[in-house]
Amino acid sequence: MTLLSVRDLRIGFGNTQAVDGLSFDLEAGGALGIVGESGSGKSATALALLGLHGEARIEGSIDFDGLELTSASEDQLRAIRGAGIAMVFQEPLTALSPFHRVGDQIAEVYRLHTGATRKAARERAVEVLRQVHIADPERRARAYPHEFSGGMRQRALIAMALACNPRLIVADEPTTALDVTVQAQILDLLDEVRTATGAALLLISHDLGVVAGSTDDVIVMRRGAVVEAGATDQVLVTPRAAYTKDLLAAVPKPSPARVIQGGPLLRVSGVSKRFRKFTAVDDVTLDVREGETLGIVGESGAGKTTLSRMMVGLIPPDRGSITLAGADIARRRGRSVQMVFQDPMSSLNPRRTVGESIADPLRLLGELAPRVTIEALLVRVGLAPSHYDSYPHQLSGGMRQRVGIARALAPSPRLIVCDEPVSSLDVTTQAQVLALLEDIRLERELTMVFVTHDLAVLRQIADRVVVMHDGAVAEMGDVASVYDQPQHAYTKELLAAIPVADPLEARRRRALRRAGLDGAGLDAEPLGATQIE
Amino acid sequence: MTGYLLRRVGGAIVVLLGLSIIVYALFYLAPKDPAILTCGKGCTPDRLAEVRAAMGLDASPPAQYWEFLRGLFLGRDFPAGPDVRHCPAPCLGYSFETDQPVTKLLTDRLPVSASLAIGAEILSLAVGIGAGLLSGLRRFRILDRIVNGLILAGYAVPVFLVGLFLLLLFCVRLQWLPFPTYVPFTTDPAAWAENLILPWIALAVIQSAAYARLTRAGVQESLAEDHVRTARAYGIPEGRIVRTRALRGALVPLVTLTAIDLAAIMASAVLTETMFGLPGVGQLLVGAVNQIDLPVVVGVTLLTGFLVVVANAVADLLYAAVDPRVQLR
Repeated sequence: MTLLSVRDLRIGFGNTQAVDGLSFDLEAGGALGIVGESGSGKSATALALLGLHGEARIEGSIDFDGLELTSASEDQLRAIRGAGIAMVFQEPLTALSPFHRVGDQIAEVYRLHTGATRKAARERAVEVLRQVHIADPERRARAYPHEFSGGMRQRALIAMALACNPRLIVADEPTTALDVTVQAQILDLLDEVRTATGAALLLISHDLGVVAGSTDDVIVMRRGAVVEAGATDQVLVTPRAAYTKDLLAAVPKPSPARVIQGGPLLRVSGVSKRFRKFTAVDDVTLDVREGETLGIVGESGAGKTTLSRMMVGLIPPDRGSITLAGADIARRRGRSVQMVFQDPMSSLNPRRTVGESIADPLRLLGELAPRVTIEALLVRVGLAPSHYDSYPHQLSGGMRQRVGIARALAPSPRLIVCDEPVSSLDVTTQAQVLALLEDIRLERELTMVFVTHDLAVLRQIADRVVVMHDGAVAEMGDVASVYDQPQHAYTKELLAAIPVADPLEARRRRALRRAGLDGAGLDAEPLGATQIE
Repeated sequence: MTGYLLRRVGGAIVVLLGLSIIVYALFYLAPKDPAILTCGKGCTPDRLAEVRAAMGLDASPPAQYWEFLRGLFLGRDFPAGPDVRHCPAPCLGYSFETDQPVTKLLTDRLPVSASLAIGAEILSLAVGIGAGLLSGLRRFRILDRIVNGLILAGYAVPVFLVGLFLLLLFCVRLQWLPFPTYVPFTTDPAAWAENLILPWIALAVIQSAAYARLTRAGVQESLAEDHVRTARAYGIPEGRIVRTRALRGALVPLVTLTAIDLAAIMASAVLTETMFGLPGVGQLLVGAVNQIDLPVVVGVTLLTGFLVVVANAVADLLYAAVDPRVQLR
């Protein structure tokens, strides 16, 4: 039976058409994925389903269980929101009210739609919190959202979605802000909830790996239009549209191993760093060899950003030493080591032109930074000389990160430390920036430290990998050996959690995760794309 | 929490001590000698020395300050002709001008200023939050414009102009209200309110503009937040969203501003008090400064400082009460 039927949906904001002729059907209890990069119109679609598109123009038809939503009254829509269609949003940090207790927020929704007593609503809140595996739900229901971790908040949002037994759950990028192991848990939870309650799932993501294991059908969208639609097994394994193939090809994949001859360039020995009572980095010892790309991987709080900042001398270690070619890093700052930061928007001064920002490190070293030099750098990173006079907000995310790379290259450093340089970018842009970094590394014979939470990216770009957990090194070794024969339990867990774009493999991994972690992660090889080629 | 309070109290003491030292220092830098003023016309050097001694001005400034501190905590004795006057702690000395204890002057004046401040704040908050909400919700574009215009006007117009206008309109033209005089609340609550309504309105015209602006910005900001989108996506009615979420968010900065404004009006609504003939703390200060009446100036300054420090601490406590994310440490 068809639960949701969308026909020729068009959504426009001002002069732009966010969605241009989208049609799909979703069966009761089914799972449909919508995949696309930013600007593809997938989130606008999700909001339109609930009549939350605000001032946008909307045409076409959305039929939910016999009710035409595009022409439904505000009262009819409000009755459906939460009770018929429940939404799980992207940002668990901000999606819950900071002023109200988690349990109260869930109870409020339940009471609103069922007219239950306060007591019954509170009980229901505890019940759904238990259903999403929040430990000690009676106590947690009385906590405020800021007392929850990111993963717990997302669980709480899913609990809120479950409260009124909706027939459809719409999850818009439900795992984007989460760590990879938490992401896997949340996706497993959504899948489990769907099976347990019989609700249909509309899963919206930019990540093919997210939809691969959790959906029956998938729609690939680009600039508001459908590029390809069909069964997930078929679209992700034998794609027909060129864009789908591009998307799959942009998924990071292993590159052939290189032999690194160089001796140690940067030596980190016995380094620790505490912030108040929190030990961010705990007795880390490692070498970065000349000419290699060393990957540092870990989840939030693992200490990788603190370590990378100490590596460039931005913050001093409490204990231990960091030396570059024999000299203390604090004295070598600027000339030999540079950093590419995670968020290019906030790491560039919004009131200075791009060219000025790139010239800054040179000027700090007391050198001339003539316009031609900076323009040459802009060209090298794939921008135009005229971008010298642009401001950061006039550029796209990918372009801003190119500026960040140009700025790091300006003083011709020997070592570049990149802290999550591609994690805020769309997958195709990410592939381009990674390719640029690799090109420049080869051309300038750079040594690179690449910090990321994304194991798939690391596998493509790194020669050796350091896995960090709770501030310490859990495991260190060549990419091939760490990925293929992980020794540490945490590494195995991380590898098992990587989303894969191959639906069969994704399901196999979920089964493994459910069965416990025995043997999981031993086979991290297939990343979807490898099989398609 | 206890540690936080202790630190706050310690900080307050340091601030007040610093404040009193600065006022003392400024006073001695001033080119006028209060003893000459008190001594009056036909003052002989002998008489002047006598007056100096009686006023406690013969000692060095640090010694005078030390005496003042001792008086504050332990009480002190003043020579008064052949007798000795005992001034019990907390002693702020006697007014050079009227010879009354400063503490009594302050306790007489404070209820007037407090009546003015509390009434004005209640009115300002009611009008400000109401107008800010109407404008912030943007239900009617025209309303948003009008409120915005009024907010600007409120900012721009000085209080004495508003006060003068109100007096002319209600007391002279329409004769609906008597010219304000202060009637204590305990004597006759109705007369108290009737006499204070004009100064309340005068202050509220200006204060409520600030509150309206803050509420408007807060409501608009809160309504754009992700958790409000979540509430909408779960069918929670708009009115409830505004009450439990948007207003709650807007309340946070408002709480701080209100506490500080309350202290400010209590201590320094000079123009308003003068305009409406209210014998409040502000008026006392202006008179004392004109007469270089050091004990009164120091007394009022310390009271002002005390009120501001207390208001800030209360604002912080309220802040933590309104927003569960705020923790006092």
